[in-house]
Amino acid sequence: MSDPLRGGGPPARIDRRLAIKWILAAGAGALLVDPLSLTAAGPAAVPGTGYGTDPAMTRPNRPGDCWPLTLSEAERRDVAALCDVILPADDRSPSASQVGVPDFIDEWISAPYPSQAKDRKAITEGLDWLRGASRARFGAAFADATAAERLALCEEIAHEAPTGSELEVASRFFRRFRNLTSAGFYTTPVGMKDLGYVGNVPLATFDGPPADLVAKLGLTGEVGW
Amino acid sequence: MAFVTPSSTAEKYDVIVVGSGAAGGQAAYTLTMDGAKVLMLEAGRNYDPVSETPMFQTPDQAPLRGVATPDKPYGYFDATVGGGWTVPGEPYTNQSQDESRQFSWWRSRMLGGRTNHWARHALRNGPYDFKPRSRDGLGFDWPISYEDVAPYYDKVEMLIGVYGQNDGLENTPDSPEGCLLPPPKARIGELLARQRARKLGIPIVPIRRAVLTRPLDHARIPARLHPGNAKAQRILAEDMRNRAACFWATNCGRGCSIRANYQSTTVHLPPALATGNLDILTDAMVREVTVDASGKATGVAYIDKKTGVGHSVLGRVVVLAASACETVRLLLNSKSNRHPNGIGNSSGLVGKYILDTVGASWGGQIPLLESLPPHNEDGAGGLHVYAPWWLYKEQLAGKLGFARGYHVEFGGGRGMPGGGAPYTPDTGGRTSFGPGMKEEARRYYGSHMFFSGRGEMIPNEDSYCDLDPKVVDKWGIPVLRFAWKWSEHETRQAAHMQKTFADWVEAMGGVNKAKPEADGSKAIQAGGKVIHEVGGTIMGADARSSVTNSWSQTWDARNVFVADGGVFASNADKNPTLTIMALAWRAADRVLDEMRRGNV
Repeated sequence: MSDPLRGGGPPARIDRRLAIKWILAAGAGALLVDPLSLTAAGPAAVPGTGYGTDPAMTRPNRPGDCWPLTLSEAERRDVAALCDVILPADDRSPSASQVGVPDFIDEWISAPYPSQAKDRKAITEGLDWLRGASRARFGAAFADATAAERLALCEEIAHEAPTGSELEVASRFFRRFRNLTSAGFYTTPVGMKDLGYVGNVPLATFDGPPADLVAKLGLTGEVGW
Repeated sequence: MAFVTPSSTAEKYDVIVVGSGAAGGQAAYTLTMDGAKVLMLEAGRNYDPVSETPMFQTPDQAPLRGVATPDKPYGYFDATVGGGWTVPGEPYTNQSQDESRQFSWWRSRMLGGRTNHWARHALRNGPYDFKPRSRDGLGFDWPISYEDVAPYYDKVEMLIGVYGQNDGLENTPDSPEGCLLPPPKARIGELLARQRARKLGIPIVPIRRAVLTRPLDHARIPARLHPGNAKAQRILAEDMRNRAACFWATNCGRGCSIRANYQSTTVHLPPALATGNLDILTDAMVREVTVDASGKATGVAYIDKKTGVGHSVLGRVVVLAASACETVRLLLNSKSNRHPNGIGNSSGLVGKYILDTVGASWGGQIPLLESLPPHNEDGAGGLHVYAPWWLYKEQLAGKLGFARGYHVEFGGGRGMPGGGAPYTPDTGGRTSFGPGMKEEARRYYGSHMFFSGRGEMIPNEDSYCDLDPKVVDKWGIPVLRFAWKWSEHETRQAAHMQKTFADWVEAMGGVNKAKPEADGSKAIQAGGKVIHEVGGTIMGADARSSVTNSWSQTWDARNVFVADGGVFASNADKNPTLTIMALAWRAADRVLDEMRRGNV
């Protein structure tokens, strides 16, 4: 099964079972893609029907379960490197790529929904820009550039670029990619713990906020029930 | 009796109930506990909240971290299955291309209907809310008063379990002793909001929600609800023992596998099934109420969605509880010689005066809530406090520029992260990233608050639905066509909400995320989006000006009742579900009474 959107070899990380399921689900999916949409308007939404209105919610999902992932290996390496510039490991938590954020981003931009399709365009264009800029400046893919080089390139596009300027697309991409990285990271148990989210456990009683915190904020008089 | 198939339904039932949500569940409960043989028809599939609810799943176990998609508009783990703003093969249309004149229709095709999705807010209408026209000259008075409904509010609260507190506030009724469960403690941001709201004159009190903060009193409540009915008492006591109290985790919107909150499938249907008097047929799309030559209903005709084959079934009484607008559709599609324009439509009013709730939202970031010590704020899986409407006197004196009130639902804090916007503020046009971003996230997480106004809409001539003359659904049943218009009473109210919320955020020392809209038409949510669809078959004092009488019984066919929100003659700011259940119980009492008297 060739990937109708990326034009290259087989899509990354689709096992045989899933590929067969997908061919059956999509029918003549490849034929439904307008080839013009790949050039003039950028990549179209991935064909497919999503998970439907009645998915098995209690069954854990892994990226790639509902629709195939579509990033190439080279793109995935750049995505992982960029994720880790954005959320590196520190003494409290691992980096974004260590908790599977690149899989999430691949799942996101490969999804057959309109809002994700918009991101697919922004992200793939941005990754193209990143690869080109990195090669031009450092003579290497982004993932193979030094840490200092990667940081410098990101710092450049982290600033809002004026409309119509050369960096406008890149800076918009960076903002969007950063938001996705943040969403991907802080929705994992590791990311939640890093934030100090300590819920999602059954309790015998709900006692409200700690009394010393209530007192510190001058709210003791508000605790009426 | 239990779950049946088209070939195993009985020949004839005492009552056919169309719909399985708050109205259908309550009607079936009341009827079967008193011995009536009932068939419940549900257009969606069977659904088992005990085995199907994703309780402790984290977003990383869902596709796209669980964010909303067209397939699951309220997020992957929202309990709604087989429903949403669109249902494949079951379209609806709008008369206008203008988005501000369109109505969005949320449907839930599953056992339990929209009770699977709701916020569990269980507010009583107050005395003003049943007589709004007498108070300000607008809209319609109901043919019943608060005193008529109050005993049913009491009963529903005891049956389903509602937490809250009596605060003695204007038009915000207290409940008698023994009706309410204790409210949960307020969270830290709620305490701060409460303190700072006082300067603005806004009262903050515990909200009322259908969540068990302690087990129900199974030794006492069954006798109060079913005096003289030993079998009903025994069944209810047994069922109440099987409902656990909240364990202070997981959002109620996912449903509740331990049955700590109310949904029809965990509260109304189990005891109703236990009576042996209830048959439930799912995947049954009712197309019309059938009638005899005299115009009296004989039962319903439906499509078995699994096979596409049409069937009909007989009943002495038909109770429509399909949701306000779906009930309109059913009545309009029930045409016969005696009812040429549909049952209940001799007044020409079926489909008129549909209503939603006025909604406007707001957000702010509160520096006082930054970098707080980690503590568990999951609580009861929803709101703990709210602000009931507080400007009744100013409004009546004409000082506000809009005629009806709103309440405020608000919160925030340290809930489970959900894949939304980052916590960082991105100051100076720089996208924050790197080691500093983790520090910022730790600092800002928990410091964001949201505010949602929920206000009363006044019925108007431009908000209605009828049958689309051209479009049918996949079974060939004519579909609804909507027309919608907010009046200035609603848009000005929406602007007032945003202005109030912005002042409130400032009073909390916070940072507003935007400037409030002076033009309320830009602040107000689109029609239907709050999913408080009521009206369309309003009750009234006479057959000329209403579709049903004060007992929710259609004027045109004495054995056809409307148990859902369709009968609402006004839509108070209070969330409609508790009132739907109270009126459904009341209508079911009337059905039993009419059957006993041989009137139907």
